[in-house]
Amino acid sequence: MSVTPDSPSDLTRRIVLQRAAAAGLLAVPAAGLLSACATGGDGETQEQSEGTKTAENPFGVKEDAALEVIIFNGGYGDKYATDVHEPLYKKKFPKAEIKHEASQAISTVLQPRFAAGTPPEFVNNSGEKSLDFGALVADGQLQDLTDLWDAPSVDDPSKKVRDTVVPGTIDVGSFNGKPYVLYYVSTVFGLWHSGKLFKDNGWAPAKTWDEFVALLDKIKAKGVTPFGYAGANAAYYMWNVILTHAAKIGGPEVLKNIDNLEPGAWTAEPVKQAAAAWAEIGAKYIDKSFEGLKHTDVQLLQNQYKVGFYPSGDWLENEQAKDTPPGFEYQMLPIPSLTASDKLPVGTVRATAAEGYFVSAKSKNPRGAMEYMRQMLSVEGAKGFTNVVKSATVVTAASSGYAFPPGVASSQGALAAAGQNVVNLFFDGWYKELDTEARTATNELMFGRIKADAFCERIQKKADAIKADSSVTKFKR
Amino acid sequence: MRHGKYPFVIGFLAAPVLLYSVFVIAPYAQAFQISMTNWRGLSAPQWVGFDNYRQLVEDHRFWQAIQHHLVLLIALPLITIAIALFFSFMLNVAGKSSGGQRTGVWGSKFYRVVFFFPQVLAVAIIAVLFQTVYRPNESGLINGVLMKIGLDPILFLVNPNIALWSILGVLVWQAVGFYVVLFSAGIASIPGEIYEAAEMDGASRVTLFFRVTLPLLWDTLQVAWVYLGIAAFDAFAVVAVLSVDNGGPDGATTVLALEIYRNAFTYSKYGYASAMGVALFFLTITFAVFTLRVTKRESVEY
Repeated sequence: MSVTPDSPSDLTRRIVLQRAAAAGLLAVPAAGLLSACATGGDGETQEQSEGTKTAENPFGVKEDAALEVIIFNGGYGDKYATDVHEPLYKKKFPKAEIKHEASQAISTVLQPRFAAGTPPEFVNNSGEKSLDFGALVADGQLQDLTDLWDAPSVDDPSKKVRDTVVPGTIDVGSFNGKPYVLYYVSTVFGLWHSGKLFKDNGWAPAKTWDEFVALLDKIKAKGVTPFGYAGANAAYYMWNVILTHAAKIGGPEVLKNIDNLEPGAWTAEPVKQAAAAWAEIGAKYIDKSFEGLKHTDVQLLQNQYKVGFYPSGDWLENEQAKDTPPGFEYQMLPIPSLTASDKLPVGTVRATAAEGYFVSAKSKNPRGAMEYMRQMLSVEGAKGFTNVVKSATVVTAASSGYAFPPGVASSQGALAAAGQNVVNLFFDGWYKELDTEARTATNELMFGRIKADAFCERIQKKADAIKADSSVTKFKR
Repeated sequence: MRHGKYPFVIGFLAAPVLLYSVFVIAPYAQAFQISMTNWRGLSAPQWVGFDNYRQLVEDHRFWQAIQHHLVLLIALPLITIAIALFFSFMLNVAGKSSGGQRTGVWGSKFYRVVFFFPQVLAVAIIAVLFQTVYRPNESGLINGVLMKIGLDPILFLVNPNIALWSILGVLVWQAVGFYVVLFSAGIASIPGEIYEAAEMDGASRVTLFFRVTLPLLWDTLQVAWVYLGIAAFDAFAVVAVLSVDNGGPDGATTVLALEIYRNAFTYSKYGYASAMGVALFFLTITFAVFTLRVTKRESVEY
């Protein structure tokens, strides 16, 4: 190519670059148009399939409509869905195609689908990377489950589904009074220990705080770490203990105030007392290295008889099944009373329905997903679940007379003994930021970097900030 | 000959410019746009102007993360470059010279492979590996040995005073191999005669290093500094996998990328997370421009 250097119209490198930059600038406004599609997704709803309503088919499911089922592959696995619930649905609608997917990161898989307006029908929203229920509700993504609870039960058409489950189940999944989430697994929280270790050493479970501390001393003397939880990822197991204890001291309103973001809810006297009591346990009876361990690490140590008490819910036994030595015999102890003037008796436990399932309101076949839930709530569906994962469900008729393994048997016993004295809390599902702050503060408290007062004030500050943040949807109970 | 030159050039420029604007400029522009909204990741966002930035200024965690980036920004390049320079000098020049050809110390071929090892592993794997190395009880690689000989275990990731330095250690360990290779290439292009002449004048190895190698490597060092600086603005994977309580204890190891991730994917605050992203964008750009300006000097011709 012959180029005359003095030709004024010649393309120099500089000119090419300048023009490329100009083209780039022109492209930027176009990019703004492009971006409109990622954050859009409102307005357009997919066409939803509908069949005819009959007594057998109360939601009017179209019998050949496909159903997409997403299961969180965590402590309970996904075998119960593929082996029990999906076959039940398939039996009812043989022409329906079920697309099953298991994931350990629900939000990673589903966030883009919700944003694009093509969500799957049925979702088990759980685990560390679960979608924010509050945000989903605020956004109208969840199907109102009132129809499900009012539908006739599979086993006895004269009964409504709402009458076949443990009282409180519907409330747990309700947001400002409307049911959106099915919490399916009956969960009891407490302090877990090995029946064998305690029997061999002649240790008796404690009821009062003095007995408890004396017991921890005895355990320590044996060279076993008396108490422990995992700071790296499971600090909420511990705030759960502190708050349940606070509810025992001050009554269930303590937790209600916390959930409702009432001013001074966290700095209330019962919360302070509970925090101070447990901070002392942290200072004397926890191995400092536990702050750097994950929950499975500490649970494994307990299976090796190196940890006395471990706070958790009754999924623990199933989760540890393959690491538990024979004869270990999990047992659950309700949290001991602090003083004789506690408002609630020593047997009080935190129990709830856990493991959330929802139906996407904007999916193609929400009716099918509600029918899927109705099948889950049948005695056959619930018994099948219990057989696979060894945990009780919210379906009352399915767990009576079932031979549970020792741990779940003891937690079910504690629940029965508690009677009406059952407490629960919801703030962690409603306001994830508050949960994070409570976890961080709990580690600070239990591993001795702050005192009870600072613990309460710091979480209160976060609660106040969330209350003042207009972009966060608030919930009440 | 000049016919058809414009269509030719434009034809070649259009495709990359288009790709670049769709995949690079558009997401950036979008981040700016989202940062001005209260988008929660699901329905259409509402415009809130500079609200997110106002919140950002008051966010304690944000400033904590910036502070950690400053520490990493100074320490990571300094330590990595110092170690990598030393290694590559030893591997390439520090040995005996035979026939005017400089060689490395004995066994340098073997070390070359060993030093490059961490570079081959994915960052996530390295982080998981170091979980075991740093584990705070007797099953940890380091603490297991310490406890065997009767010492107290070091709580690497748990003690807020040393947690960030433990993370830094992993970053350095991972990066050094690449810079050894980079500097080796730089040293290889330095003419052997210069070393020979210097040696004849009686220069020691230390003098060789500071008077010959270092000045002639200046351009390579500058590049390394910018790369490592940008790496210091990331550190996401290592912190996410290794640190206690995600960036803890109490935010002692948190970095901006982690806070962005947390706000977006845990709290569903995409607008606020985007505002952090924009802040990170400006920090990185400022750093790169600043470094290139400050380190500018005449390159030595040879």
